[in-house]
Amino acid sequence: MTEPVIEVRGLTRTFGDLTAVAALDLTVEPRTIYGFLGPNGSGKTTTVRMLTGLLTPSAGQVRVLGHELPRDAERLKRSIGYMTQKFSLYDDLTVVENLRFVSAVYGLGRRAARQRIEVLLATYALGPLRDRRAGQMSGGQRQRLALAAATVHEPPLLFLDEPTSAVDPQNRRDFWERLFDLVDAGATILVSTHYMDEAERCHRLAILKDGRKCADGAPAALMAAMGAHVVEVEGSDLRALKPQLTALPEVVSAAQLGSRLRVLVHERIPDPVAWLRAQRLNPMPTRLESVHPSLEDVFVTSTGDARA
Amino acid sequence: MNGLRLSLRRILVILTKELTQLRRDRTTFGMVVMIPLIQLTLFGYAINTNVRDIPVALVDQSNTALSQVLAQTVEATQVVRFTARYAEVSAAQEAIRAGRVRAALIIPSDVSQRVARSASVSPRMESPPATDGQTSRPVAQWLVDGSDTMIAAAIKGLRTMPLGELLRQPVNRMTPTFEVALFFNPESRTAINIVPGLVAVILTMTMVMFTSAAIVRESERGNMEMLINTPVRPLELMLGKIIPYIGIGLVQTAIILLLGHLIFAVPLDGSLGALAVTTLAFIGASLALGLVLSTIATSQLQAMQMTVFILLPSILLSGFMFPYEGMPVPAQYIAEVLPATHFMRTIRAVVLRGAGLHEVAFDTLWLVGFMLVGLVVASLRFKKRLD
Repeated sequence: MTEPVIEVRGLTRTFGDLTAVAALDLTVEPRTIYGFLGPNGSGKTTTVRMLTGLLTPSAGQVRVLGHELPRDAERLKRSIGYMTQKFSLYDDLTVVENLRFVSAVYGLGRRAARQRIEVLLATYALGPLRDRRAGQMSGGQRQRLALAAATVHEPPLLFLDEPTSAVDPQNRRDFWERLFDLVDAGATILVSTHYMDEAERCHRLAILKDGRKCADGAPAALMAAMGAHVVEVEGSDLRALKPQLTALPEVVSAAQLGSRLRVLVHERIPDPVAWLRAQRLNPMPTRLESVHPSLEDVFVTSTGDARA
Repeated sequence: MNGLRLSLRRILVILTKELTQLRRDRTTFGMVVMIPLIQLTLFGYAINTNVRDIPVALVDQSNTALSQVLAQTVEATQVVRFTARYAEVSAAQEAIRAGRVRAALIIPSDVSQRVARSASVSPRMESPPATDGQTSRPVAQWLVDGSDTMIAAAIKGLRTMPLGELLRQPVNRMTPTFEVALFFNPESRTAINIVPGLVAVILTMTMVMFTSAAIVRESERGNMEMLINTPVRPLELMLGKIIPYIGIGLVQTAIILLLGHLIFAVPLDGSLGALAVTTLAFIGASLALGLVLSTIATSQLQAMQMTVFILLPSILLSGFMFPYEGMPVPAQYIAEVLPATHFMRTIRAVVLRGAGLHEVAFDTLWLVGFMLVGLVVASLRFKKRLD
């Protein structure tokens, strides 16, 4: 019944010889948090910029909140909020001055702006910092201010480009609580990240690599449908064991996690533990255990990127 | 109408933001006041086209009482000052080449005879017979470093210096062909012409400099990506950025003209209304020019370089240093494009000659037109996109 908030078909953007985004298809349903997971340079920011109308696509159809882009970019701007990767408010203005500026630019009346700013100061715990200049605040405080500024005009759609890259884990948790509050209030959020734990919180996820979408779906579904088994291996000389494992064609990747090796074995092997025991490994692992896949495993499998 | 109200609100909030940022940027804020203060006192005193006390050498080959009196008479004009004495002409030439002196006065050994026969002191002869080579010989010779034309002209002016006092004889006054009445600046003080011109130069510098950095700074600090994601329109952004500087420009004009009046006794003859209108037109034109530069430059450094590129011709070609009419025609065309040239005319007309608005209407309208074109160009060039 409800129309998708974002619908993208064949979205492509080239910069000279470089293809930053290639033939991307996306559908984002309302009231969800949709994540772009990918390493630096995978086209996340370029995609977000095209969806906000900042960049003109080289090819493809983009429909955001019923607006055809890039044609209706100016009209779309009233209904979206955008939190840029780099802090983009004014360092030499205070918290309240920044919020006042943004609310007036979005056309809020004086009284409405005053009320809205009080609400935002309370929601994002910025009350005690109201007269602090943005340039003198910590990473977490600046990020809360940036989110407050992006939501001043209560946009139905919010774009967050790597919002928590300069934030400690506790602040990141609180930040995500606020995001779920926003979704609860009816907003749709598109967030790009290269953190697995952050991606795991999204309702749906697209894994990007080199401008291409490698997989998409709910994080749990992605993990369930992953084309590989995960085996944790313990042994005496893991550094020597690892190259032997990765040399096997059935092994997708092997990554060391402390005193264990996390080995991804292709799904065509029905019983990976038994299969691994049958390999002539030297030294023999002391323990082999089949475990549940994580999002990182999904990422490694779907991008074929064995980052050891 | 609602759209217009929203537009005005957005312009207002941008200009409030600019003012807040300016107030917190102590260095820039200080420059607003210090640039006109320092430059006015500096240039008001320093720029002087009435050349005085040029260091020159004396080669006295006669060494008589007369030659000494002659040298003193020359020095009494205050145009030159003898800073060195040489026995040989070649030594004086060496001093000129080395730059120790700008010229040398050679008094020949037969100076007494020359003075006695000189037409300029002889009461008996009204004019020397052209055929008499001896009487038409000059008393002494100047060797001049002619590379600086201003100095050359000043020393050339000594050619017809009266010598009557030398022999305590009545001066053979030449009747002037013309009578000259100097209007507006009867004492020929350079500051009178320089101070109003300084308004144009200082405003060009500060106005273009401030706004040329205005848009670039937002991009450099990363604020632009946020700004272009809002519904703000390019023209609103441009207007919000330049309006605060209009006030600053008026403050600077007031500082320069008031101090010029107090320190250098520069008259303020024209009406305040005409002064305000023509100054506002020039401020607007300079700010719009700065905005156009701001949409071209990709860094604040580039914006600064472009400002200097505009500033130099605004000083040298606008009529500030040299009369506009004396320049070759192609240079006049270039000067005509610069807002400073037009303002140089209007502010001198209003401040010094008491001209009314109708007398400076053409140049003022030209400045208004320049501002409008500049604003439109800057708004069109400013794209709310990153590609």
